[in-house]
Amino acid sequence: MTMKKRNLLLSIIAVIVLFGVANFVQLEMDAYIRRIVNLCMIYAIIGLSMNITNGFVGQFALGQAGFMAVGAYVVGIFTVPVAMRPGVFYATPMNPAIINIYMPLGVALIVGGLLAALIAFVIGTPVLRLRGDYLAIATLGFSEIIRIVITNASSITNGALGIKNIPPLNDVRIIFLATLITFILITLLINSSYGRAFKAIREDEIAAEAMGIDLFYHKNLAFMISAFFAGIGGGLYGALLGTVDPKNFLFTLTYNFLLIIVLGGMGSITGSMLGAVIVTAGLEYLRVFDEPLELFGMAIPLFRPGFRMVMFSVLLMFCVLFWRKGIMGTEEFTWDKFVNFCKHPLAYFTKKGAHAE
Amino acid sequence: MEFFQAFANMTAASFAQHMANGISLGSLYAMIAIGYTMVYGILLMINFAHGDIVMMACYFAFFGITVFHIPWFMTFIGTIIATALLGVVIERAAYRPLRDAPKNSVLISAIGASFLLENLANYLFSGRPMRFPDIPLLSQNIAVGGGVQIQAICFVIPVITIISLVVLLHIVNHTKTGMAMRAVSKDYEIARVMGINIDNVISITFAIGSAMAAIGAIMWGIRYPGITPMLGVMPGLKCFVAAVVGGIGNIKGAVLGGFILGLGEILIVAFFPQLSGYRDAFAFIVLILILYYKPTGLLGETTTEKV
Amino acid sequence: MRVKKFFAAMLVSAVALTLLAGCGGSGAKSGGADAKTVKVGVFLPLTGDNAAGGELELRGIKLANKLYPEINGKKIELVVADNKSDKAEAANVAARLIEKDKVKVILGSYGSSLAMAAGNIVKEAKVPAIGTSCTNPQVTLNNDYYFRACFIDPFQGTVMANYAFKKGAKKVAIVQEVSNDYAVGLAKFFKDAFEKLGGQVIEVANYQTGDKDFTAILTNIKAKNPDIIFAPGNFTESALLIKQARQLGIKAQFMGGDTWETQEFIDVGGKDVEGIAFSSAFDRERATTAEAKKFMEAYKKEYKGEPSAFNALGYDAYMIAYDAMKRGGTDDSTKIRDAIAATKGLELVTGKTEFDKNGDPLKGAVIKTVKDGKFKYIDFVDVKH
Repeated sequence: MTMKKRNLLLSIIAVIVLFGVANFVQLEMDAYIRRIVNLCMIYAIIGLSMNITNGFVGQFALGQAGFMAVGAYVVGIFTVPVAMRPGVFYATPMNPAIINIYMPLGVALIVGGLLAALIAFVIGTPVLRLRGDYLAIATLGFSEIIRIVITNASSITNGALGIKNIPPLNDVRIIFLATLITFILITLLINSSYGRAFKAIREDEIAAEAMGIDLFYHKNLAFMISAFFAGIGGGLYGALLGTVDPKNFLFTLTYNFLLIIVLGGMGSITGSMLGAVIVTAGLEYLRVFDEPLELFGMAIPLFRPGFRMVMFSVLLMFCVLFWRKGIMGTEEFTWDKFVNFCKHPLAYFTKKGAHAE
Repeated sequence: MEFFQAFANMTAASFAQHMANGISLGSLYAMIAIGYTMVYGILLMINFAHGDIVMMACYFAFFGITVFHIPWFMTFIGTIIATALLGVVIERAAYRPLRDAPKNSVLISAIGASFLLENLANYLFSGRPMRFPDIPLLSQNIAVGGGVQIQAICFVIPVITIISLVVLLHIVNHTKTGMAMRAVSKDYEIARVMGINIDNVISITFAIGSAMAAIGAIMWGIRYPGITPMLGVMPGLKCFVAAVVGGIGNIKGAVLGGFILGLGEILIVAFFPQLSGYRDAFAFIVLILILYYKPTGLLGETTTEKV
Repeated sequence: MRVKKFFAAMLVSAVALTLLAGCGGSGAKSGGADAKTVKVGVFLPLTGDNAAGGELELRGIKLANKLYPEINGKKIELVVADNKSDKAEAANVAARLIEKDKVKVILGSYGSSLAMAAGNIVKEAKVPAIGTSCTNPQVTLNNDYYFRACFIDPFQGTVMANYAFKKGAKKVAIVQEVSNDYAVGLAKFFKDAFEKLGGQVIEVANYQTGDKDFTAILTNIKAKNPDIIFAPGNFTESALLIKQARQLGIKAQFMGGDTWETQEFIDVGGKDVEGIAFSSAFDRERATTAEAKKFMEAYKKEYKGEPSAFNALGYDAYMIAYDAMKRGGTDDSTKIRDAIAATKGLELVTGKTEFDKNGDPLKGAVIKTVKDGKFKYIDFVDVKH
């Protein structure tokens, strides 16, 4: 059996096992665990999408919240049953052009992703000429503009009242499949010639251009793909919550995904997945910080609402300052490494240790 | 069409009132934008935490006057000193360790510092708004005539902004420290080779920028007296935009950008009342237009990016 | 290097604390899960934009818990959870209260959008929830498991429109916090009712949550010279808005909704908010029930101050659940739900409580103003049965 075949087989086994786990979570676990697992996977999709621009192409964009909003709103507007719409749009009647258009969730997700990609294309043309901080602040600005437009366009988005009664999606298996497809597509993309061009741009733009890589085309492509998956993730997020309103998509939401990719490693797909799980589940676990705590019969005054977020931001700072590479750096989890590790667990550590020094 | 209608309907008194509102808002933006532009000029990074430094300065002044009952002018001096120190501490803790790291890491660290300050304020002072102390001398109303009313502080704000600008330009252009700052901003490596203590220069830059933020914060607090932990976020972003519009790294440009943004925000609502919900988008649209047509800003020098 | 070590030490101690806290927490939980207690979830914003309201309601709930700590021979244990004024958090917290803490009833929230984020979760889990001050009609619509202690916005908007019209107002300007669902909803109901009465809405101006400068919209409004300005919104922004209006020389009376009734509104607004009018669920002077007297006395003793409507609504939400558990004689969630729906003539702090088919109480509203730095009662409007 060749290495390639073995790896494929291992991958298939892993997928089946994970699907089994998802199935188990769906059938046996309570709603709270299901919600956290779903959120982990949705955050993984959005973290992955952000990693395309920020990790692989090295363009620091902060527009994820805006693209999520686009996806979430398309799902919100078109999956609410037509009969329920007048009740949802009770303040400003819904625009007659769209009031009778209904889409099933799957279609709405794709449409939302495509619309986000289209907007990314329009935004990308002026913005992607910028570098570093300028790009960051311009994309952040666009994400705020998207939110402000949504707030004001009441006949389409219902403004601040948001969209209620979105048929809720709480099936771990479906979200697992969406995450899996995203993972596979992005892995294929990164390993293609496009992916190599992305990395070349990250390492040195001028050298990449000299090699004949069309900078603008590749940056724009990456930006659109990133927006597409952010739109899909946003759509799932909207369906999971069952309601969306503009305040869900403040630009501070993007910081969550920034932490995910920083922790997981900028430029690592498997890193983003790990980062998403650690950040989402970790934030839930850290909730004990918000509850009053008694140790040995003594109330500790530090613990009150708000402390958790302080710890969260301290952790973010710690990662940035002392652990810049995150968990994976730009490395990926591969079966070869895994098999090697299983064969010689001790050697792995000593060799790794020697490397690190 | 509606524009002309709004224009025709506007009385001289209304227009004068709008201008007064715009100038005082613009001066506040200008004060805060100066801090962004100074830091960017030297470190080539957006100090995302700058808006939150403004927020902390408001709380310092609040605690000084309302909680500890220190006379207001002493509190203000104390606030300026404490805020300058805070700026220096943030630079030491969050930016200095990354001096040789890739630019994106510094940017993330800046975002992290801003996030930490917000969450810390939320935890320590709670999310409930507190009232910035009243300074009767400055918060009283002055009737100008023709039905136009202007708060005393609105006269003070532009004056203080201009004075600060003059003092700052003097420091930068005519003192030894200023010369060192300009040297560092022109060429970091050469400045180091020439024997300039880079760390000191950067600390001084942060101290001055944060002191400006503190002055801006005090005036901000008197003008808009509800203080909350998220107070600095939007002004922070907008003032960065102001700095970019004027030409980042250029102090006069920051002041100009602040005025353009402040007046623009007010006048757009004045002439297009139906756009009042879109007001916050104005700054970002201006930003994108400027970056597209004149990335160096209105007063910025044209430079070519080095390899 | 020393800094690095310091941070490392901090991180280690943080992790250690977390672990300890985790153990402490779980220990308490396993100890509390016996048959001697009934758990009641408290679902309120304790940080973020809405923290002030959430804290007030928490006080009311805690006070009620102190006065009525036991039911059917079991101790009532409050599980307090912070929804951070954030919808995604709110959904997580609600699921956590139900699944992890196994609460039988949920009390809260302040803020309609937070309550709506939990709507589907309580419905699916069949755990009844009693909203404290979420006034948007959509909270209880099509949801058999959501009830509330407060009146709803259509009623509140109509009350204020009638009041404005009765005071002789013909031209009204509306200033709404356009990114706040509560404000937009209330403004709409006010506008509908006021125009039906024959009044005229001459301008609708918008601002965003977190805005500090309202001078531009106010200068426009001043030129149009309205009789009354209706400005529903968050108390921070509203107080600044009114302050700036007075600075610009606008003399028109300001009116708003129940969110204004917080000390912070008066703290920030100072003398400029004197003479405003807003609707509220409770006032000391109108409080006639026996429960209200008990509540006010206990409140004064416990917190050394005067209670506000939010304290009262928190207290009442607890009492609705308490009464249902007592009448149902059970702590089974579904049966508690049925008992709540069957509530009849329950005398509470904010008046007699019964629910309509949506789960909204039929309750009157008081209109209040600010005088000499204190909230003052002006009028009472009863609900038409």
